Amino acid sequence: MSQAVSLSSAADVAAPTPTPATALSSYLAAQQEKSFLRFITCGSVDDGKSTLIGRLLYDTKLIFEDQLSALERDSKRHGTVGEEIDFALLLDGLQAEREQGITIDVAYRFFATDKRKFIVADTPGHEQYTRNMATGASNCDLAVILVDARHGIVTQTRRHSFINSLLGVRHVVLAINKIDLVGHDKSVFDKIVADYEQFASGFDFDSITAIPLSARFGDNVVERGPNLNWYDGPTLLGHLETVEIAKDESARPLRFPVQWVNRPNLDFRGFSGTVSSGRVSVGDKIVVAKSGKSSRIKEIVTFDGTQEEAQAGEAVTLTLEDEIDISRGDLLTQPDHRPHISDQIAAHIIWMDDAPLLAGRSYVLKIGAQEVNASVTAIKHKVEINSFAHEAATKLNLNEVGFCNLSTSHPIVFDKYEEDRQTGSFILIDRFSNQTVAAGLVWFGLGRADNLVWHDLDVDKKARSEQKHQKAKVLWFTGLSGSGKSTIANLVEKKLHAVSKHTYLLDGDNVRHGLNKDLGFSDEDRVENIRRIGEVAKLMADAGLIVLVSFISPFKAERALVRSMLDEGEFAEIFIDTPLELCESRDPKGLYAKARKGEIANFTGISSPYEAPDQPDVHIKTHERSAEDAALHIIREVLGDDGIDPDLADFTI
Amino acid sequence: MALARQSHLAQLEAEAIHIFREVAASFKKPVMLYSVGKDSSVMLHLARKAFYPSRIPFPLLHVNTGWKFREMIEFRDQMAKDYEFDLISHTNPDGLRDNVNPFDHGSSLYTQIMKTDALKQALNAGGYDAAFGGARRDEEKSRAKERIFSFRSDNHGWDPKNQRPELWSLYNTRIRQGESIRVFPLSNWTELDIWQYILSENIPIVPLYMAAKRPVVERDGALIMVDDQRLPLQPGEAPREKLIRFRTLGCYPLTGAVESGASSLEEIVEEMLVAKSSERSGRMIDHDDSASMEKKKREGYF
Repeated sequence: MSQAVSLSSAADVAAPTPTPATALSSYLAAQQEKSFLRFITCGSVDDGKSTLIGRLLYDTKLIFEDQLSALERDSKRHGTVGEEIDFALLLDGLQAEREQGITIDVAYRFFATDKRKFIVADTPGHEQYTRNMATGASNCDLAVILVDARHGIVTQTRRHSFINSLLGVRHVVLAINKIDLVGHDKSVFDKIVADYEQFASGFDFDSITAIPLSARFGDNVVERGPNLNWYDGPTLLGHLETVEIAKDESARPLRFPVQWVNRPNLDFRGFSGTVSSGRVSVGDKIVVAKSGKSSRIKEIVTFDGTQEEAQAGEAVTLTLEDEIDISRGDLLTQPDHRPHISDQIAAHIIWMDDAPLLAGRSYVLKIGAQEVNASVTAIKHKVEINSFAHEAATKLNLNEVGFCNLSTSHPIVFDKYEEDRQTGSFILIDRFSNQTVAAGLVWFGLGRADNLVWHDLDVDKKARSEQKHQKAKVLWFTGLSGSGKSTIANLVEKKLHAVSKHTYLLDGDNVRHGLNKDLGFSDEDRVENIRRIGEVAKLMADAGLIVLVSFISPFKAERALVRSMLDEGEFAEIFIDTPLELCESRDPKGLYAKARKGEIANFTGISSPYEAPDQPDVHIKTHERSAEDAALHIIREVLGDDGIDPDLADFTI
Repeated sequence: MALARQSHLAQLEAEAIHIFREVAASFKKPVMLYSVGKDSSVMLHLARKAFYPSRIPFPLLHVNTGWKFREMIEFRDQMAKDYEFDLISHTNPDGLRDNVNPFDHGSSLYTQIMKTDALKQALNAGGYDAAFGGARRDEEKSRAKERIFSFRSDNHGWDPKNQRPELWSLYNTRIRQGESIRVFPLSNWTELDIWQYILSENIPIVPLYMAAKRPVVERDGALIMVDDQRLPLQPGEAPREKLIRFRTLGCYPLTGAVESGASSLEEIVEEMLVAKSSERSGRMIDHDDSASMEKKKREGYF
């Protein structure tokens, strides 16, 4: 029975033999237990990659008769090996490739043995197709790096090894091909292996297995052959069938990128996606990474019924106990191991476009199901392929690898690439051509929180205010009671708030009734009142806020004191200049009337002096302009240099 | 037989579901090409899984040349009824008017008019920005190099030398007005995977895949089924009853049958395992030249 249905011996079997259904079922069940290995073949042009894969397919009897006869026909027409079968023609699928004898794009091949199913990414050797090689490596667990025994380690060996290491391919087979052309010489093999191990020592490979072979004649590909008796390691296929790719994605923290909101009717709201790492069970608490909102898993829904649990790799639909706001691009995670969130990241970039990468230009960044605008703010260095040295760079050309800082339009949720290939990888897309121009691997986040971890920076006023995209400021409104200070200060605050500035307005209402309720209106108390307000304003400025203070603050000295407490340029004195007669005629709270009657003692302008500023930063004469106009004028004068556009503020309100 | 967790079939299934959802979430107006063959049956099954409990959120498009097997059309209509999907059937009206057929016009011109042109007409008429196809990379050499999300220009052309890099499972879904993406969720499946999956999941397929006695004539080494009286018989040619089945389904005058006694899914899979010729050999259109498929694809063929 096993003979009749064994794939590797399939072509030896002449005709279908009747098989009991149970035997077939158990065979199919065994097929399902097979493990899956995705590997990439790479190396310089003419090292024989396509020939090697053709040989693997041929020797594992996976070439059908009609394919073989087409191959024989093509070998005669385009072949480069005389009357023999040119295995490379089996793989080089595109017309241009057959004619030029090169491989310009990744070809995917499939084969299976009794032990494993394989997907092979056969990738181009020419330098100008390095981007295609990176494409192939991104989904592979193992790389077969071919070396021509006659030439040893060459530039492409180094480049491909580096890119494999960068992309997280942890297992390498160093296939030293064309060993027949150096007389099957062991010393040639040993020298290449020594050379390779020396330069690859800095790479993060878990295993490097060197195998001498001849793809053309088949030695050590599937069968050992008679020519390499000095070698006692595995054949290439033997190794591919048995190498342990230890990788348990389900042991990692839960990551569930929401791909599609599943809403067939008003009674069902599910979140469809593939568990990218970890596992999730009914009843588990989950957190939406970006919003921090949490709920519990109600059901794990699939077409085949509900499940108690789902693990990495499974495509499912989750429903939650609570109605919380979740949409495509959100990442569901476990509460105790959350991903990073930042709008600033450092990443390796593999540049894949003909036009170079320019710092500052805006691209679309796609990470998981999140899409944001992003630009490279700095190219820290590029990697020189031969020495792996870091070199200064102002741009990245096609196939170059650089380490860059990126800034995104909105915060993104991610992990470091080395920890999670799914949530740590991104692509950049040109906004105009829509071409995929780069592959990115997140190294770390540069957000304020991440900076603490990585650079141990102090969190200071500058850091806090930069996080708010503003400069800390104190806008000090001084003027008589009824002059319009609070009205104008309120308008200024509204306009700043409308353009997402972080502000706070201190005035009599929120200070005299709380912090300063023990103070009266004597000169001493007035001084203490302003001193305390000054200290509070200073703390708030230190928190990075734009603070608006609206107090009569009649004395020059106290206003000067507050100015001295703050940094140079942080304090702006705004004189709301309204003639006493006008204030008295407005008298919104009836205070002037009471003061005239002597019912209020020490009333500024009546029974207590007001010291007008000599050189205010802004002088508003309220009888000459409207409150609206005054507010715009103040923002322009005080905050215009900080990039705040009062017209925008005006538009927004 | 349920799929073993983390088995290669479960992985292929999850990959395909991810692709289906990505398209539904990213494109304005997707459509699924439904050829009624076994690969289409698997696609339909995967699409139902991807969106459950929702219905499939896009229509299925069948490009009907008018020369499909009668059983395919019956099966198609039954499926649309059973699974409640929106079915659009399109036949090139120009070809219909001019009675374009495989005999008078030759398989190449016929395919161009009734399949390639018809497909473009239907895609343009629907304004679809993404179209699912059931092609697999193991089928044919130029397909081995095609992306899962394969960009098409505004005249549906494929530029094999200028394909977008496709890394990890991050698919670039951005296009301009008029351009489109062909999406191949079964890219990484092999023919054996398809049959194993049909068997494991008990997916309905057109009975023509199963062996039965059917009337055939033999032409250029291929067995052609006489599905209706429109097949012109050559002098001395007489249909004979033979126990046959089909490994691939298309237009009946262009689809070769194989002699087989495999009348159940189990037997088909078993036969697969000892097969000695690849499945496209039953399709006449690939025979002209080994680069012919790439040529057709550049022109907009699926």
